[in-house]
Amino acid sequence: MSQPNRLKTGGRVDRSRQLTFTFNGQRYQGHPGDTLASALLANGVDIVNRSFKYSRPRGIVAAGAEEPNGIVQLGSTEAGQVPNVRATQQALYQDLSARSTNGWPNVQRDLMGLVGKLGGQFMPPGFYYKTFMAPASMWLTYEKYIRKAAGLGRSPTENDPDIYDHRHQHCDVLVVGAGPAGLSAALAAGRAGARVILVDEQEEMGGSLLSSRESIDDAPATTWVEKVLKELSELEHVTLMPRTTANGYHDHNFVTLHERCTEHLADLAPRAGGRRQVRSRMHRVRAGQVVLASGAHERPLVYAGNDVPGNMLAGAVSTYIRRYGVAPGNRLVLSTSNDDGYRSALDWAEAGREVVAIADARQNPDGELVEQARAKGIQIIAGSAVIEARGDKRVAAAKVAKIDIEGFKVTGPVEELACDTIASSGGFSPVVHLASHTGSRPTWNEELLGFMPSPVKGMTPTGGAHGVYALGQVIADGFKAGSAAGEACGFERQDASLPKVDERREGAAVALYQVPHQKATLRGPKQFVDMQNDVTAAAIELATREGFESIEHVKRYTAMGFGTDQGKLGNINGMAIAARCLGRTIPEVGTTVFRPNYTPVSFGAIVGRHCGELFDPERYTAMHQWHVENGAEFEDVGQWKRPWYFPRTVNGKTETMHEAVARECSAVREKVGILDASTLGKIDIQGPDAREFLGRVYTNKWAKLAPGRVRYGLMCKDDGMVFDDGTTSCLAENHFLMTTSTGGAATVLEWLEIWHQTEWPELDVYFNSVTDHWATMTVTGPEARKLMAELTDIDLDKDSFKFMDWREGKVAGVPARVFRISFTGELAYEINVQANYAMHVWKKLFAHGDKYGLTPYGTETMHVLRAEKGFIIAGQDTDGSVTPEDLGMHWAIGYDKPNSWIGKRALTRPDTKRTDRKQMVGLKPKDPSVVLEEGAQIVFDPNHAIPMPMKGHVTSSYYSPTLQSGFALAVVMGGHQKMGETVYLPMVDGQVHEAEIVSPIFLDPKGERQNV
Amino acid sequence: MFYIFCPYCGEHREEEEFHPKGQAHISRPEDPEATSDEEWGDYLFFRDNPRGVHHELWVHAVGCRKFFNITRHTVSYEILEVYKMGEQPSITAENYAAQQGAASADKERNASQAKHQEGVRA
Amino acid sequence: MSNAQQFDTRLVGEHAGEIAVESPLAYSMHRSGAPKAKADTTVTLRERAFLGHLTLRGGAIVLDEALRDVLGMSLPGEPLGLVQDEAGERSIQWMSPDEWLLIVPGGEEFDVERRLREALGDAHFAISNVSGGQTLLELEGEAAREVLMKSVAYDVHPRHFPVGKGVTTVFAKASVILRRPSEERWELVVRRSFADYTYRWLLDAGEEFGVGVER
Repeated sequence: MSQPNRLKTGGRVDRSRQLTFTFNGQRYQGHPGDTLASALLANGVDIVNRSFKYSRPRGIVAAGAEEPNGIVQLGSTEAGQVPNVRATQQALYQDLSARSTNGWPNVQRDLMGLVGKLGGQFMPPGFYYKTFMAPASMWLTYEKYIRKAAGLGRSPTENDPDIYDHRHQHCDVLVVGAGPAGLSAALAAGRAGARVILVDEQEEMGGSLLSSRESIDDAPATTWVEKVLKELSELEHVTLMPRTTANGYHDHNFVTLHERCTEHLADLAPRAGGRRQVRSRMHRVRAGQVVLASGAHERPLVYAGNDVPGNMLAGAVSTYIRRYGVAPGNRLVLSTSNDDGYRSALDWAEAGREVVAIADARQNPDGELVEQARAKGIQIIAGSAVIEARGDKRVAAAKVAKIDIEGFKVTGPVEELACDTIASSGGFSPVVHLASHTGSRPTWNEELLGFMPSPVKGMTPTGGAHGVYALGQVIADGFKAGSAAGEACGFERQDASLPKVDERREGAAVALYQVPHQKATLRGPKQFVDMQNDVTAAAIELATREGFESIEHVKRYTAMGFGTDQGKLGNINGMAIAARCLGRTIPEVGTTVFRPNYTPVSFGAIVGRHCGELFDPERYTAMHQWHVENGAEFEDVGQWKRPWYFPRTVNGKTETMHEAVARECSAVREKVGILDASTLGKIDIQGPDAREFLGRVYTNKWAKLAPGRVRYGLMCKDDGMVFDDGTTSCLAENHFLMTTSTGGAATVLEWLEIWHQTEWPELDVYFNSVTDHWATMTVTGPEARKLMAELTDIDLDKDSFKFMDWREGKVAGVPARVFRISFTGELAYEINVQANYAMHVWKKLFAHGDKYGLTPYGTETMHVLRAEKGFIIAGQDTDGSVTPEDLGMHWAIGYDKPNSWIGKRALTRPDTKRTDRKQMVGLKPKDPSVVLEEGAQIVFDPNHAIPMPMKGHVTSSYYSPTLQSGFALAVVMGGHQKMGETVYLPMVDGQVHEAEIVSPIFLDPKGERQNV
Repeated sequence: MFYIFCPYCGEHREEEEFHPKGQAHISRPEDPEATSDEEWGDYLFFRDNPRGVHHELWVHAVGCRKFFNITRHTVSYEILEVYKMGEQPSITAENYAAQQGAASADKERNASQAKHQEGVRA
Repeated sequence: MSNAQQFDTRLVGEHAGEIAVESPLAYSMHRSGAPKAKADTTVTLRERAFLGHLTLRGGAIVLDEALRDVLGMSLPGEPLGLVQDEAGERSIQWMSPDEWLLIVPGGEEFDVERRLREALGDAHFAISNVSGGQTLLELEGEAAREVLMKSVAYDVHPRHFPVGKGVTTVFAKASVILRRPSEERWELVVRRSFADYTYRWLLDAGEEFGVGVER
């Protein structure tokens, strides 16, 4: 198939090789070096999309990131679908398959377009707010259809088979953009020896030089590019990253880069040497200095019909001709406010195509490029502009007329020039997006007619991004910026040996943003400001008339600069139109805030390898393999994987959790069970003031705890609220081992440290985490002593090794500390061994435990057993609003301790002394088969009108096989004084459960079982 | 993502190694029992939220585990200084304002303009 | 005396040899395997299990003196310093202004701790044995630095991370102690409960470099 718009010569494409691709199901051909956009233009494809709101046919406008229309869905398979790809940035590859994101049934014959044509009246700005707000309940219904109609791509429904990753980068100087300024900056910093990263979003480095008419050192500009790239690639500390977009600029020179590693090769990443390759990669860069060489975007002129396919940016026209060897039409009319626009007309003429006329908004254009155009015999109509493009699916003619910019009116007769392409140039806008990610607002420069980046610490804008446009000056400015950035990082300043670039005499530009039309903006044909979001000049004018004065409000009301566009193309025009309507200047109106990401980033790259099995750390205990092999179901407790319960399979039938837990509970209450308790936090506390410190951080007393003894402790914050609990053992006079809850391990250690380091540095004490050093197994139940006796040399006599004692000895031949503490209420031994020996000890216990009915149990059984005893779990039964008094744990509060321990003072505040605080109680459902829902709200009067006053809630609730009943722990207002009273729990389904307030200790209130 | 100089490790480290712990220099009353309920409530619950210079307590949690202070500008997020526990800041809201005084004439002039520029940040 | 308890957990007695000892990576090796190095492997991973790890807390001057007495080694002179004895078998790493990590050949830690306690006498210090709670992984090969760049936010460029430096830092979503004892070799001291995650992460990060595990 032919490529009607492909020029015979010129450009950087490889005409010797053909690439076949499909667009909307149609097959086309292009060449290596093409983008999808250049290949579509080469094939004469005018319509690439339908617009978002009005469904108007749209064609390619730009040649880079600012492209608003050529946004396609990529991928030939479902798993390979990629939305939001700019055709102007996507390299062409063999078998590339792309589709338009809008348009139904297709972009050529779009039925939505009929609505769109009417839509002028039906879809004013704020349309969604005005139309779909009432009734509010219907929004969800509306939204579905709006989103469907809106298009803008879809996500794949199958898993992406490719891999993505992250890389952390550090450098002295990060140079963003490898055009003339960036290359020059990288050279200066690189020669100085700095660690330099040079990134550029395009396939090839060189930026504007790849399509430049100018020469450097009397050779084509691309020769200089090659020379510089060669030198940079030979510098050891310089990293070159093409196909990499700097997408976000964050605090303290932290920049995220999105590198597309294989997306120019195929839909999915090809394998290399049999191994998976990374498809795209997020680099997280911490840079000493950032040189912002992101260039400038050409500003379009806003005129009627400026969105009809065939309307393009002047610079884009040049790029397609010079870089890709594609002339995107035959007859050109150029509308410009400055000299630069002339380049497109010259390139067009040199490509052998007809330049119909140049409409120059200036009264007396006189720059060098103007003269070159005159010399070629091109007609120049001064003081005029294209006021309207005619045509439906392609430009058919340009209406040109004299205009009065100041008076914002058409002053002369309208001439209609037949043409198929209209190029426009309204000057340049520095690409300030990255700089403004940091929160710095760009500043208007009246001389340059553009917003400049405001100062950001450690950032230097250069070249186009700095408002420097003449090539020679750009190279010099870049070198200066690179050298200064290197110097700021401690490297030597570099002397510039700059290449020779001819200076060009340039005529002054005029400020023209919106071209007047014979009709007033609100009544005339549509003039598009933001094509991606379908925002017109009239919409902005209407917004200002409706009272939106802040540009940020105008943005939200009209959607200008929203989404992936982030105001790249028409934003300044929009500000200018708002300014005109409000009778203000552009700097008074200001800009909106540009946000990351600069261009869309795939979720894969954001996630990197933090997915699937590597999504989050899974922490394992030393006995994990045994649990896996013995069929444990696991529960996530923080990052730990803890056995939840151990279902048995008998005759091919596997127990439910309920059955397994009932069996495990009975085993502990009647025989002996074993729990892997290794996840409990363990803190080794040493120092002469260790005891004093414990007395200050725990609510209870520690002065007299002797070596060999263990005590339960409750920890409060200084507001008097319980935040963790656990046992602490006295190992020696100045040596304690503290245990914390599983989830509280890190928090408690940091808590101890903050008090030690900030309030009591005079106390001589050190804290070290030994959580992972010790493995802990709890052997508990009436038969525990018999089992232990078979394996240990420790004297287990109940009078010499009492409850709340610990002893040292051997268990299964391994040195161990054994603690007689109990979280089940049964006789219990908590065995601590060095973790490397734990599996041996665990297995030995089972080898000897069979005859006693040793049963492994998990966290669910642990919860039931402890709740039966009324033992709290910090974080489950407490929520930062519960005092030790509320828990009924007066016995653990040392009001008479000599120091003002943490939390003490707060316990005498009026609020903590209220008698109607939520207090911990037990709840016994009237129907024993009922297991109350955790979190269920408690009311006193079930007949009270809704909303009922809520008097408390359930914190823990289980079925107890021992009690043969459901039971719960709860907090109830004034609960301690309400024993025996009935409360009610209304459920979502309309049921109301009844329960009796009882003591939270359901079993063995005297604690006799654990003391045997 | 801040880049924070740890005064103990002696080098800049990534923010993810640190935990912020709120306003710095909140010291516990010497004798809590002697404080009024109001004074104790102030100590527990009331914190400054300045636009500008702020002193904060941070800990190098995944690192040396030491606490230290940061003087940070809450608008620019610039870290103006770091200092160890027990030390006092050299930059405060007062002397920072004086330091910036030279440039303040400029700022005044731009203030009316800024009013229009500051829109809703969503 | 410091009046703290030292607990010697060495296996002794006639059946000591029958007790299976499992390193923190035992389960990981069982589950994820240990890929062998290939011809084009550019990074290798090795666990050095069962070493003696002691956390030393105290003032630099007294600890330095005690260490010179007991081991003939000095504390590193600077923050983030790592020193080794000549054989490379014993190392001391700065962890914090009052904390150092001492790693010695497995089994030696009990004797070292006892002698240090004696040498330190009444000084205020703490020694915690954490040998069961962490393990040491070695990463070697030309791609080792790239594997680390995928894993840690810390700058591992030789200009910033010379031989003789060690830091505690974030590793993927966990944390590690990362040290550079020699030009070619990096060491990761990993907490036991995070060892499996770290190992799987390293295998994954090393895949493109044909990572090989030496056992």
